[in-house]
Amino acid sequence: MTKRLLINKLAIMFSSLMAILGLAFLAWIIITLLLKGSSALTPYIFTHDLVENGIRNLLWGQFVLAGLASLIGIPIGLLAGIYLQEYGNHTKYATFIRDLSDVMMSAPSIVIGTFIYAIIVIPAGHTNGWAGIAALFVMMLPIVVRTTDDMLSMVPVELREAGIAIGAPKYHVVLHIILKAAKVGIMTGSILAFARIVGETAPLLYTSGSTIYMETDLTQTYPSMTVSIYNLATMPDEKLVSLAWAAALVLTLVVLMLNLLGRFLIRDKRL
Amino acid sequence: MEKLFKIIAQCSASFVFIILVATVVVLYLTAKPAIEEFGAHFIIEPRWNVDVIQPPASEQLANPISENANTGSLKIETDNTEEADVSDEDLEADISSDEDGYDDDLGDDFADDEYIPTDDDIETGQSGVEDPAAGKVSTIYGGAVPIVGTIFSTIIAMLFSIPIAMGIAVFLSEIANSLTAKPIGIAIELLAAIPSIIYGMWALFYFGPFISSIFGGHSVSLLIAGLVLGVMIIPFMAALSRDAINTTPDVLKESAYAMGATKFEVIKDIIFPYARAGIIGSIIVSLGRAMGETMAVAFVIGGIFKFAHKVTDSTISIPVVLANNFAESSGISMNALFYLSLLLFIVSFFIIFTAKYFFLRRK
Repeated sequence: MTKRLLINKLAIMFSSLMAILGLAFLAWIIITLLLKGSSALTPYIFTHDLVENGIRNLLWGQFVLAGLASLIGIPIGLLAGIYLQEYGNHTKYATFIRDLSDVMMSAPSIVIGTFIYAIIVIPAGHTNGWAGIAALFVMMLPIVVRTTDDMLSMVPVELREAGIAIGAPKYHVVLHIILKAAKVGIMTGSILAFARIVGETAPLLYTSGSTIYMETDLTQTYPSMTVSIYNLATMPDEKLVSLAWAAALVLTLVVLMLNLLGRFLIRDKRL
Repeated sequence: MEKLFKIIAQCSASFVFIILVATVVVLYLTAKPAIEEFGAHFIIEPRWNVDVIQPPASEQLANPISENANTGSLKIETDNTEEADVSDEDLEADISSDEDGYDDDLGDDFADDEYIPTDDDIETGQSGVEDPAAGKVSTIYGGAVPIVGTIFSTIIAMLFSIPIAMGIAVFLSEIANSLTAKPIGIAIELLAAIPSIIYGMWALFYFGPFISSIFGGHSVSLLIAGLVLGVMIIPFMAALSRDAINTTPDVLKESAYAMGATKFEVIKDIIFPYARAGIIGSIIVSLGRAMGETMAVAFVIGGIFKFAHKVTDSTISIPVVLANNFAESSGISMNALFYLSLLLFIVSFFIIFTAKYFFLRRK
């Protein structure tokens, strides 16, 4: 009897300890990031490019790449999700696409980089912004498909029936009734998908590359914050390393804020 | 209009499939020269970028230490691609204190004694390579080192992360009260959202030196790479497992408690059996993620084409090979990289597919 209770206590302690350990890692990473990052985090770095030890061009590049990828990825993913839920639903084809999309969601990001390299960078001859956008788009698409699919499935079927009963064509029902009902969920999904790709490094390594100059021409090598962090972190120059930390801090803050925002939106809806 | 909308939607859905097929086809086509050249033997061939049928002197020349390596990606390609590889190693060597011996090791290990044809490579396209009469120089690329590196770093990651992630999952769903479960759950999920490059940097500057001070060895090693991967997938695995555990009906748990079971017994005998499929699925998905992860390990695995005889040795994994060497490659070495990429994609595809199809079936 006491042995059972003892085992029980031990197991609970172990489990709690593991939770604390997990949180300790989180705290360790965040504190490190804050300490190292904040020391180099000055207004100066936001107004100067990397060539002058700032991160302005990197921020610009990262957001342009992720933003344009979202601009292409979200509508296509949305349409695909609509097809899966509203038209295909339980047909073999839709189930097949759904499974593939789920698997693609966890595909190694570096492989997506190599794929884009083969189809865009090799013909173009050098790394360029469009290749980076394409890589991020491939990363993002399955995520948007999955969230749209999930969110639409939560819309009550009565809404669809009501729309069809008053004689609205199906696309009208989808665009004006169902999408409106699932608006918040889809927005959240898009924010989270954006947050996911904005922190990606591996698919950008040799698609967009990164440059120390400001660049607005997407056919040229485009500045990327994550790739530059990767390059800067191993530099022998202490100053550049701390710049990398500052960039890492900015990036993490953006990603975490976006995640919290998404969470907040979802919570709002449930209340 | 109705038709048009449906067609557009259907095309968008098919796009996912097209991308997947295109990935496989493109990777296969670009890898084809390497596949034809090395065949299946590629998987067990430990040498990467080693010239064969050459006087020993040239082997030494194949390993110059390039002094001007700043970053791997800025390096300009030279005829001898070995140099590009070594420059990456140099880069990593700057971080850890002493790795001078590695370049010699590399040459010795790979050049002289390791080529023993095994039974199953007779039929592959190796014939022209080994024939001294032909006298032509050819460069061998083999994926064994990164493949083994990937497998072992993933195993270490899983061994490290499974107990912790399960502990967290159980804690969140069964032990913590609602006041603590929610913020901790959110914190864990936020940890999962942190970009992997951050994990890499943290590991390079803090976690790596910390681990090496405990277990010895360099601050870049297979062990550290595995542990960082573990830390990275813990939140992901914990969140998925928690969701699986939460599907256990309360009625089952309450009946067990009513019979006088302790919490541990309920967890062990009711929850785990009930949520088994979901938990196994979450473990496998995490495994797939760990296997394909690049940035968290790129800094800390060492980036050296050499088997790790101890866990504290440096080695390399497939994603890191791709990350380090892609920009400097051309010709057959590029094809070999695509071959590795294809292998990684196919293996991870099947692993994740298994998990999703058999364990995490939706509805």
